[in-house]
Amino acid sequence: MSTEFRAKVEALRPYLLRYAALELRNPESAEDCVQEALLAALSAEASFEGRSNLRTWLTGILKHKIVDAIRRASRERPVDDVEEDTADLDARFDETGHWRERPRPWQDPDAALHQKQFLAALESCLAGLPARTAQVFMLREHLGLETAEICKELGLTATNCWVLLYRARLLLRECLEKSWFRR
Amino acid sequence: MNLSCKEASRLMSQAEDRSLSPAERAALTLHLGVCKACRAAADQIQQLRRALRSLFDQPK
Repeated sequence: MSTEFRAKVEALRPYLLRYAALELRNPESAEDCVQEALLAALSAEASFEGRSNLRTWLTGILKHKIVDAIRRASRERPVDDVEEDTADLDARFDETGHWRERPRPWQDPDAALHQKQFLAALESCLAGLPARTAQVFMLREHLGLETAEICKELGLTATNCWVLLYRARLLLRECLEKSWFRR
Repeated sequence: MNLSCKEASRLMSQAEDRSLSPAERAALTLHLGVCKACRAAADQIQQLRRALRSLFDQPK
């Protein structure tokens, strides 16, 4: 293994740690995953040859390690019924099914994507989600897994998955509205 | 099928995760056509998706 390759891989550790922490919400498991990914990467230098982007390649390896870790953790902690209960979400609507607080369009949301402070606000909203909700949402929207795959990995029913994703979307839009778009 | 905002919001989220039936899709389209609040919410669900995908794609 070349020293140069090792140094380049090591330099990406902080980025990978931030990435894993956001998915796993547990600094120790994030450390473990990154460590596993880095070891796998270092022993597979040859398979990186010719690829242009080291970060993309490493992130790909890390994603597999993250899914493995989540799968292991969800075997140890089965889902409880509370997570399928939608009373908290239903409370956003009145008895006729209308929004209690009507959503209004966000000003220039695409410009926000290029602002560091917006991404920080988004990260802090994500950190405020219930753990399982955040995990399913990140697997879906950030890692881009299919819903069927997520259900299978986490041992959830499809309905349970949809409820968790619905909760994540409603809570995040509310949080961003408060912390960013209506500051 | 006339949807309430509560039902429409649930369907617009599920539309991101599964194929809606033709009847569900038609009902949602109809509702979004007349409901500004739900249109805003539906746009925001898309914006959230873009935001999440770009969270780590920014060149440093």
